[in-house]
Order: sequence, then structure tokens, then C-alpha cells
Amino acid sequence: MSTTTVAHHDEHTDHPTGIMRWLTTTNHKDIGTMYLTFSLIMFLVGGSMILGIRAELFQPGLQLIKPDFFNQLIGVHALIMIFAALMPAATGFANWMLPLQIGAPDMALPRLNNWGFWLLPPSAILLTLPFTLALFGIGDGALATGWTFYPPLSIQGGIGVDFAIFAVHLLGISSVLGSINIIVTLFNMRAPGMTLMKMPMFAWGWLITAFLLIATIPVLAGAVTMLLTDRHFGTHFFDAAGGGDPIMFQHLFWFFGHPEVYILLLPVWGFIPQILQTFSRKPMYGYKAQVYSLWAIGAMSVVVWAHHFFTAGMPVPALLYFMYSTMAISLPLAVLFFCWIKTMWRGSMSFETPMLFTVGWIILFGIGGLTGLVLADVAADAQYHNSYFVVAHFHYTLFAGGIMGIMAGVYYWLPKMTGHMYNEKLGQLHFWLTAISFNLTFIPQFFLGLAGMPRRIPDYALQFAEFNMISSMAAFVLGLSQLIFVYNIISTVKGGKKATSQVWEGAEGLEWTLPSPPPYHSFTEQPIIK
Amino acid sequence: MEIDANKTDLSATELRSAANKRLGYKMIWVVVAALLFAFALVPIYDVLCTMTGLNGKTKSTVSELNNTKVDETRWVTVQFTTSTMPGLGWNFYPKQSSIKVHPGKVETVLFEAKNITNEVVAGRAVPSVTPGVAAAHLKKLACFCFERQALNPGETKLLPLRFFVSPDIPADVKEMTLSYAFFSVDK
Repeated sequence: MSTTTVAHHDEHTDHPTGIMRWLTTTNHKDIGTMYLTFSLIMFLVGGSMILGIRAELFQPGLQLIKPDFFNQLIGVHALIMIFAALMPAATGFANWMLPLQIGAPDMALPRLNNWGFWLLPPSAILLTLPFTLALFGIGDGALATGWTFYPPLSIQGGIGVDFAIFAVHLLGISSVLGSINIIVTLFNMRAPGMTLMKMPMFAWGWLITAFLLIATIPVLAGAVTMLLTDRHFGTHFFDAAGGGDPIMFQHLFWFFGHPEVYILLLPVWGFIPQILQTFSRKPMYGYKAQVYSLWAIGAMSVVVWAHHFFTAGMPVPALLYFMYSTMAISLPLAVLFFCWIKTMWRGSMSFETPMLFTVGWIILFGIGGLTGLVLADVAADAQYHNSYFVVAHFHYTLFAGGIMGIMAGVYYWLPKMTGHMYNEKLGQLHFWLTAISFNLTFIPQFFLGLAGMPRRIPDYALQFAEFNMISSMAAFVLGLSQLIFVYNIISTVKGGKKATSQVWEGAEGLEWTLPSPPPYHSFTEQPIIK
Repeated sequence: MEIDANKTDLSATELRSAANKRLGYKMIWVVVAALLFAFALVPIYDVLCTMTGLNGKTKSTVSELNNTKVDETRWVTVQFTTSTMPGLGWNFYPKQSSIKVHPGKVETVLFEAKNITNEVVAGRAVPSVTPGVAAAHLKKLACFCFERQALNPGETKLLPLRFFVSPDIPADVKEMTLSYAFFSVDK
């Protein structure tokens, strides 16, 4: 290293303190921390919204909230959980861990990184502001179309739709910038000797996610822009009276929307094998098979979108194509499942909180995947479409498959990030409360869907009362047990037992060679990988 | 190329930073391409719909009736359904709910529209055929949907549709539904 570069780094160590440190930082660890904190706050906001919904659904009839407000809560809950909780959590981990895992000093484009994060808080405000404005008599609240913005409803909606469209624009720009940064980092910044096929699995998961994001988020941005011009500038993209077609919006939206599902899950599929190998104390099984499966799933995810609206009307050959191609995705996914299970097979396993979450994740995400196969069946989907079966299915994939996976990652890396061990007992209590109450919340919803209860309706027929009551009570337990999670994180940040560099007995990889917490600037001299 | 050895060493980080920016800009082109693709999907979707009848749109122009043979061995039932969209104060319904036709035979059916407001209101009917594959085989010789219709306050008007079902229609289509949605065109 030359003298100039050293001086360059010294200058950076003099980072501002207090609030200015966080506002001006381009350090990957600081930005990662901000992403994760933002994500946790928005997770609680989105969660409280759905508790409002579950409180209303506790009994049949309308007790607590008006139907219009109910619709707004549903749409904003989804947008917040997807764009402001899950995606930033994955990006936060990418920022924190990818440079450490590939032996890079920082992300490739640090200023872009800073900008990417600071677009998030304004978009969260844009999403939630219409609620407040409505209190002062401005507009009629947030968007009430559900997160999918389907026209003609979204063309008739109030200012909440415009706010949501601009929020989606900002969130889209943010995740596109984050993705570009990750692609460049993974291609240009790996330690000497680390070939692509030696990259940690988390890096692979994120690389594919990032490519999916830059290819599909612009399509969503285009679709909502067309919606905006339809609403205000007299275009007729989705207006049948003017020669447009509302069904086209569904095609555009789900061309983004289906890859989005994998965008939320691929980063998790990246670090889950790493957690498995750590707590099974043996190398992960089928590294290459997993990498190829991740690519296969990424590629297939962009050609199956129309299974989200089989009932909208499509020629039979198209129905068949989308049904078979959707089901075909379960093949590479099954390869992943077998690799995960085989990694644990005959390992010396121990069940600390991250491992508990991971094993629970495999089972619950498996249920999510299998119920997805049921929905992919055109004949069955005619009955299940828009029912609570769908709600239960995608919460098994996105809450269990997404958020519980992220929680496994939080417990796994928290000692590395903070330098303190979290409270193991509270962690395990959090896991069991979450896993049990999650199932009690959503298994009844499978039954409700099979019995024909439609989603997104604030009232229901009397025969659905018992299952809804169970589901609502469990949802409140699920919501409240997340406070344990928050408490555990805060107390770990503040103090606790010192963590060693390796933290976990079986942990392997570059991030575990650094002290816990890692110094502000790490790997300024890149390690050589043999 | 001759480069000062000290100089290259000195700027190793800068070289990499430049390479990072180059790759970053390349990725922005991918984003731009994806955005253009989103807008290109609009005409692509229209073409696909015309080819496959995906959205059930019928041709909005007069079809020609030349040497079409009537296939008396087959019956096709054509059902009619109507709706008026918000903002159009009309009653609009078909005079008969369905008709059995031989492919190739020209038929005329009537729809009735009544303006129930006390203003002159103009509207336009947008057709859609289910199943989509049948859309291209419903041939219209005259249709009220080809142009805008205006009704005086309280006026009732009979709206004719002359059509035939093309004999090329696939053998498994025995029933089709023609739907008209009347939209207000004043706004």
C-alpha cells in the first residue's frame, strides 16, 4: 500500500460524530445499520397497521374501523412490509456483510449508497402522510386499492394513489441504486483469488437479486407512471373507453411482481445455507447445485407472471403455459431444499436462536411453497383466487420465508455487528412465540380460504367467526412477541457478554476473521484467497 | 503504452474507483433498457391481443361479406350482456339475451338505450368477446358501437347490430358471449 492511500484512509477515520456521522456517512457499516434500523421501525409500523385489521376482523360486522380505512390499511401494510421492511433489511445485510464476506474495504460506490438510503425515509413519509392529511380534511386518506394498484379502481381513487405512486418511484430508485452498487461491488471488489465460484452463497443470492431488481423495477416504475398519466394527463393506457385495457396493467404489474417475490427471498436463500453449515459444523452441501438453482429460479421468475390473474381471462394455451412454467420453478427450489437438509444431515448440530429460526424457516417456508403449487393449478385457482387461502399462502412465504429468515440473519450476525452476545433465552423465547403464534394466525386462514372467505373485505359471514377469532388473537400474540425481538436488539447494542471474533464455533468465512465489532475500516489491505 | 511505475502504484485505488464507475454506468443502461421495455410492452400487448384475441376485442371496423357460405350443420349460440359505466346515466340492455345462429348467416339484433337524465348525454360502447379465440370470428357488418351515440333527455333509442359468425370458427366453440360496456364520452 502506498502512502497516499493510507493518508486517504486516515482522513476518513476522522468521521463526524453525532447526527452528522449518520447524515453524511458513506461507510458501508453505518449505511447498513441505518438500513436495518429503518427496516425494523417500518416492520413495527406495518405490523401495527395489520393489527388494526385483525382487531376489526375479530368479530363479524363492522365495529372499529370504516371499510374505506380498512382498505387503506391493507394496501399500505403490504407496501410498507414489502418495500420498507423486507427489502431494506436485505439491503442492510448486503451493505454490512458483503464487503466483509468478499474481503473488500467498502462498497464500490459509497456515495450512491448514501443516496440510496436517504431516499427511503421520504418515501415512507409519502406512503403514510395521506392518513394524517385526511385527519385535517385534505384528501380521503391513503391508497385504498390494495398494494397492486389495479385500475380502474386506482384511476378513480383519491390523492392517496398519487402519493403511493411517487413513493413507489422513490423506493424503486433507491433499490435500483442499491442493486447497481451490489453488482459492481461483487464484480470488481472481491479479494484477490476469490473467483465467482468461491463467493459466499449470500453474495450469489444478492447478485441474482440485484439483476432481477434492475430488470424489473423499471417496469413497475413505467406501469405506475402510466397510471399517473391516465389519472391526470388524459392518456388511456388502462381505460377501455379510450381503447386501453385494464388487464394490461395486471400484465405489467406482475411482470415486476412475480420476480419481486424472489427478490425478497433470494438474499435469504443466500445466508440460510451459511447459518446451516455454521450450526451443523460441516461444509454446506452442493454449493454448485445451489448456485445453479438460484440462477434457474431467477431466470424462470420473469416468465411466469400471469399465474397471479388466471381468473382475469386468458386463452387456454396461455393458462397451460403459465401453470406448467410456474410449477417447474419448484424443481430448482426442491434442489435447494434438499441441499439445505443434506447440509444438516449427520452434522453436529446445536440449536442456538439463529439455527432455531433457520430450521423453523425451512419447515414453514416449505408449507408456503407447497400451497403455492396448489394455487398454480389453474383449475383449483378458480376457487382459491382472492380468498384467504392466498393470504395464508403468501404469508407463509413472505413472513416465514422472508421475515423469519431475516430474523435468523439478525441473530446470526448481531454479535458480529455489535460485539456483544444477545440474550439467548430471550432469543429462544422470541422464536417459539413467533413460530407458534404465526401458525395459529395463518393455519385458520387456510381453512377460511377453502371455505370461501374473500380477502380484503372488512366484514364476513357468520360461519367464519371462530377461525377469524383464533387468527386475530394469535396475530396479537405474534405482534407483541416482536417487542421481545426489539428489546433484545437494543440491549445487545448497549452491552452484554463480549463476542469473540469467530462468535460461533462452526462459523467460517472472512467476516469471522475480523474482531467483533469489526473496525470502522476493514480489509483496507485485501486478504488473499487460496 | 508507457506509464510511470510510481504513478500507477499511486493510483491503484483510483483505477479501481474508475472501473467501478464504468461498470455502474453500464448497469444504468440496463435500467434504461428495462424502462423502455416497459413502454414497449404497450404496443406489443396490443399486437398479441389482436393475434390471439387475448382481451376479447372485436374489430372496430366493418367486415366484408363476400362469398361466405352458410354452414347449416352447426349451431353457435351468441349471448349478449351489457353494462353502463359510472358517469353515464343510461339504461342499456339487449332486446334478446341470446341468439342461435348458423356460422355464415347474417343476423340482426337490437339493443335498447334510454337516457334517464335530463341532459343530452353521449356515450360509446366498447365490445368484448369471451372466449377470446372467438373474438376474431365475430364479424360485424353494422354496429352502433362503431360511432358515438347521443341521446336527448328521456329519449329511448333502438341500437342495431348486424353480424355473422365466421364459418372458420374453431369447431369446439359452441357458445360465445358478446359484452358491451357503454362509457360516457363527454368528460
